[in-house]
Amino acid sequence: MTRRTFRLTRTGLAVGAAGAAVLLVATPAAADGPTPAPAEATLTKAGTSFLTAAAVHIDQPVRVSAATGEYLYWSFPAQAGQTSSIAATVTLADPATRSGASTWTIDVFDGLRRRQPCTAGMQAPVGSATDRQVQAGCVLRQVRAWAEPWSADPLPGTYYVRLSVTDLPEQDLGLPVQVELRVSADVSGDTSPEGGRLEAPLTPTVRQGAVLTSAADGTDTADGTDTADAAGQVSEESWWDGVVGWFSGWLPGLTSRWIWTVAGGVLAAVGGVVGFGLTRRPRPRTGPAAAG
Amino acid sequence: MIIRRTAQAVLIGLLGVIILPGTPPAGADETTENLRMQLVLDVSGSMREPDMNGQTRMAVAQRAFNEVVDAVPAGTDLGIRVLGATYPGDDKALGCQDTQQIVPVGPVDRDQAKAAIASLRPTGFTPIGLALREAAKDLGSGETARRIVLITDGEDTCAPPDPCDVARELAAQGTRLIVDTLGLTLDDKVRQQLVCIAGATGGTYTTAQSADQLADRINQLVDRAQDTYTQTPELVTGSTDCTAAPLLAAGVYTDRERFEEHRWYRVPIRADQELRASVSIALDRPVNRDYGILLRAVHPNGRELVRGTDAGSGRTDVLSTGLRWSAGPEDDRTDGTDQADGTDRADDTDGTADLAGTPSAAVPTAAGVEPPPAEVCLVVSNSFAAAGAAGDAPGMPIELTVDLVAASPTPESPGLGRGWLLLIVLSLAGLVTGVLAGWLTRWWTTVWKES
Repeated sequence: MTRRTFRLTRTGLAVGAAGAAVLLVATPAAADGPTPAPAEATLTKAGTSFLTAAAVHIDQPVRVSAATGEYLYWSFPAQAGQTSSIAATVTLADPATRSGASTWTIDVFDGLRRRQPCTAGMQAPVGSATDRQVQAGCVLRQVRAWAEPWSADPLPGTYYVRLSVTDLPEQDLGLPVQVELRVSADVSGDTSPEGGRLEAPLTPTVRQGAVLTSAADGTDTADGTDTADAAGQVSEESWWDGVVGWFSGWLPGLTSRWIWTVAGGVLAAVGGVVGFGLTRRPRPRTGPAAAG
Repeated sequence: MIIRRTAQAVLIGLLGVIILPGTPPAGADETTENLRMQLVLDVSGSMREPDMNGQTRMAVAQRAFNEVVDAVPAGTDLGIRVLGATYPGDDKALGCQDTQQIVPVGPVDRDQAKAAIASLRPTGFTPIGLALREAAKDLGSGETARRIVLITDGEDTCAPPDPCDVARELAAQGTRLIVDTLGLTLDDKVRQQLVCIAGATGGTYTTAQSADQLADRINQLVDRAQDTYTQTPELVTGSTDCTAAPLLAAGVYTDRERFEEHRWYRVPIRADQELRASVSIALDRPVNRDYGILLRAVHPNGRELVRGTDAGSGRTDVLSTGLRWSAGPEDDRTDGTDQADGTDRADDTDGTADLAGTPSAAVPTAAGVEPPPAEVCLVVSNSFAAAGAAGDAPGMPIELTVDLVAASPTPESPGLGRGWLLLIVLSLAGLVTGVLAGWLTRWWTTVWKES
């Protein structure tokens, strides 16, 4: 084998490796963007409290008639990596029957009823006495996969939207309004940049509580199913489950970091080959195919 | 850029498999009780006014009621009560006792209900307070929420008692009661009174200017109630300190809290569990403009674990906040079990010794006996202040949600990297290594050739 062909083979190998890497990351590109929700029927309901909030799906149109001064609640699900935006249009009563400007406010709360700030959007627009419509909007922070219990970071789970009029002339209370609302979502970027995940989404319980008599039966009844499940798993656990468990505990989950790191390794290998090639003495360029 | 986008695509594809966090399940508890609802209609003399597109208010209300009776869904116990329907005289004492139930609360007999509605003639006084009291009695007590829809065109002519105070008092009695109000005039005093009644019970106020509006609104209220009437919290009474506080399991509770009062609750929790609590306080009376709420999780020994707080100003229905807490690192956890064990106060010195550097903090658990679950105290406080004549009794309604779920451990630093900088660094490192390896090879080849 001549030196030249050897070199060609080497370059080919490097290019092949790089190509394989590109293929590796490019193959599942068919799944593009968040899974589009099927076209859904318009929701014509709204709740009047956290407990009775009407569940709305992402991109599901909402259209309800309501009274000025009502507090309207909806809830929607959010997953890690999701940036939700809420857009609401309030069609006000006939200006002839109204007496002044009104401020409409979108408040967003997480599953623990903690207030969530808006990063963009007119959260509290003012409709003047002559306006027919008021547009309100709110873009939330990106939902994180995990956060310390002490932080107020947005986490996966249920989110509540409350639309209400927060400032108005008292005599305008009770007038009919039409409310349209839509929650849209954009899932992009790394869904868990710092690793970690929330064991249970922030989905509030709605079942009736029970006052306990002793602490011992408290934790049993509180999640009796959980403990039963855990016990079952422990008793049936084989050595293979143990190995899998150990690895899944030690290895990070399926995140984009795997792709970045593997791509980095491939690039390093290619870099090594190229660097090695650079130290070979360049061939004299005097004659065609001088190498023999 | 391409790599980034495809990386995201891969990730999204993978994540699609993971179950999405859902919305709260509706009506977790099965109940056999029907929705119980009562329409309370004002049939006082003022209903004769022909100011609704030429029709009298009474005619409009009758037409709307007929539509509502036709549209009532199965499984609804609907009753109708009237006020001011029979006594035509001037004696206030008699006129203010004038309220009757014309359709008993139960499955609706449409013909009988329509006949009763058709027979109504505008007559007497407007004893709203009494009618509300009687309506609450008609609905009875039970597990699920009760709804009253009050339709009137005039303010109460029988105060005292002020119907708004009556509503607040009724709402504070055990069974959850919501009063929605519908005003048939745009009169200021009527509106203020109805807004007050609705606000006191967490209901809504609407004006209706036509039979269609009235019927649509009542139907909407029936629909809403149908969806949600089973979601009622358990009644609990918080205490003034932690030791005597009621022990709560996961679920939704309701209580009443006066201005600047503190209410304590206890939640038993295992070391591998995370406590989630949220609280809402409803503004059922006029309060000063600025206000706040504070929910704290406190260790039984008095140490604050975490707090949730919110403040606001102006018009709102509820003010709410929440918190998460789980026993994190090991030392924190054994601290908790020490106290829960109820061991003597001498372990104060043990505690300081541990802090001073004794390596094994897990000594109390080493006995192999599972320690009893620690308790976390929750305390709800508020900074509301009464505006005007509104007293602080009964307290403002609190809704407390307690949940215990598996704790989410703190993630270790991820062993993998990410980003363009990583790729550049790795490529450069590879390149440098390749060059060095090449030079070494050349040097070694030269040495080998010479020797």
